Amino acid sequence: MKTSSNTKQKKNNKALSTLQKTPTGISGLDEVTGGGFPKGRPTLVCGEAGSGKTMLSIEFIVRGAMQFNEPGVIMTFEERADELAVNVASLGFDLEKLQADKKIKMDYVHISRSEIRETGEYDLDGLFIRLGYAIDSIKAKRVVLDTIENLFSGLKDEGILRAELRRLFTWLKDKGITAVITGERGEGKLTRFGLEEYVSDCVILLDHRVVNQISTRRMRIVKYRGSLHGTNEYPFLIDEDGIAVLPVTSLKLDKGITSERISSGIPTVDEMLGGKGFFRGSSVLISGTAGTGKTSIASNFADGVCKNNERCLYFAFEEPPQQIIRNMHSINLGLEKHVKSGLLRFCAARPTLYGLEMHLVAVHKEIQRFKPSVVIIDPITNFVSIGSLSEVKSMLIRLIDFLQNEQITVLFTALTLNDMVNDQTDEAISSLVDTWLLIKDIESNGERNRGLYVMKSRGMKHSNQVREFVISDKGLQLIDVYVGPDGILTGSAREAQIIQEETGAAIHSYALTRKDREIVRKRQVLESKIASLHSEFESVEDELNKVYEEEELRKQILSKNRETMQTIRRGSESNDDPKNKSNDNKNR
Amino acid sequence: MYIAGHTEKSVTALNNLRRYCEEHLKGQYKIEVIDLLRKPQLAEGDQILATPTLVRKVPEPIRKIIGDLSNEEKVLVGLNIIPA
Repeated sequence: MKTSSNTKQKKNNKALSTLQKTPTGISGLDEVTGGGFPKGRPTLVCGEAGSGKTMLSIEFIVRGAMQFNEPGVIMTFEERADELAVNVASLGFDLEKLQADKKIKMDYVHISRSEIRETGEYDLDGLFIRLGYAIDSIKAKRVVLDTIENLFSGLKDEGILRAELRRLFTWLKDKGITAVITGERGEGKLTRFGLEEYVSDCVILLDHRVVNQISTRRMRIVKYRGSLHGTNEYPFLIDEDGIAVLPVTSLKLDKGITSERISSGIPTVDEMLGGKGFFRGSSVLISGTAGTGKTSIASNFADGVCKNNERCLYFAFEEPPQQIIRNMHSINLGLEKHVKSGLLRFCAARPTLYGLEMHLVAVHKEIQRFKPSVVIIDPITNFVSIGSLSEVKSMLIRLIDFLQNEQITVLFTALTLNDMVNDQTDEAISSLVDTWLLIKDIESNGERNRGLYVMKSRGMKHSNQVREFVISDKGLQLIDVYVGPDGILTGSAREAQIIQEETGAAIHSYALTRKDREIVRKRQVLESKIASLHSEFESVEDELNKVYEEEELRKQILSKNRETMQTIRRGSESNDDPKNKSNDNKNR
Repeated sequence: MYIAGHTEKSVTALNNLRRYCEEHLKGQYKIEVIDLLRKPQLAEGDQILATPTLVRKVPEPIRKIIGDLSNEEKVLVGLNIIPA
């Protein structure tokens, strides 16, 4: 029983692992598909015109040839081979060279109804032979048929065509070719001519949507037989490196965690955070109203990171980098030397340049290219202008997720508005960040001063105090605010308080010295008194001594006199008698 | 005439073609039969995808007729032998 169930399980495992995949090499797509397209089977890529079908399929072939040593055939029914080569040259793909190296073979199939007449029975053996010949000539493992549906416009007999297509896909499967077939999106169907009927192993739908005048490309795996796959819509980007798909929603919360600290670049801020700064790989939010110095803090952080010889990537969504560099000179911060040394990199873009997802993809790409240890995004607030709050939040979740996985510390700045519905952005993302610094305007005495709070800082001791945040030409500084009877004092009120206290101290010390002198005088008086008493005492003592001496002298003289008297009275024989007598008297 | 092996369709097509030519173009025609199974590299040049395909090279413009050529009228119109 046991053994049989074991073998059964083993068999199951084997069956599960039989679906081999062909990596596409397209960044992100392999993650989404769990390894690539099904090996030896056709995959359908469908989408509207201009959704990037051709680009995806060409990249599949080119990457296969260049990275995985799997030659590929591109059979195009739409664009001429040379046109296609020019089109993808912008992605840095040199199709001419790859063809010369026998890595890629291109075949342009031209069909035009005006040239062709049909009469009687026929089949598409010609196409099979062409394709077969192309495959054999370079020992291709991958094939792209872009867009095979064009056959339908060239040939009238749909019945034959459908039968032949079915035969074609079976034939490709038999040959063990991993094929990508593109198809135009049809009304209510995935493809105009129902290609999905024949290609049922893997279907990928590309989409190009414009919301609020901002376009976003997305892809979705409609179906992937025999494999787990991400089911969401994944945004993707076509840029100078080809296609980049972002597997945006990470499913896990199990990232590696370090307790290593990274300095904020401002010693006093570090002090507020348990003396050591942020955790490495954590996320930091700095929020505050306009002009509270968020960018200054961010720049300081960048400067500190670069001084530690680590890389920092600065996404500026508000100011151009040159402006930031110039402005930071005013607080004694020279960022351009870090830019020159290659440790600091600015990426500036208007948030409205493209959609949120695109931004995320772009940020991902930059991070993967630059491999920084710190990323600064300044500010995130502007994203709200291109997406709803929840969209921004979900984007940031994914970004933080990604960064934490890579152990990259990230610092966001966020602008809060001074009205009642403030802290909107803050609230939305504050649960995501590990450390939240809030800069608030403290208005009093006709002045506006900045106060810095640590709203939260997970996993470390942090100060609960409000510090005054002073930006001067020497740099950033945090000063303890004065909490007096009149409340919190900042700015010149604080200075006045300091002066007042200094005056008080001076008066106080003056009073002290006066008291000291008095004491000295009193001591002198007392000491002289003590001296006179002392001499008085000595004279009394003398007197007493004199009495003693006289007494002693008298005693001596008396006893002497007595002795002489005795010797005179009795003679010298019985000296002891008088003593005995006296003793007897006592006994009685 | 492009064929893919001597299948039923290609034999029919060839027979049809020869008959039409004998009837209408006696002495003025030349038929070249290319078997793509033997020379697959030639398929690309004339943009062949279906077989059998008859390609009329001269006079210009090039005309292609696919199928077993069973419909005589269509073939003759296609080859510009009789007006449409």
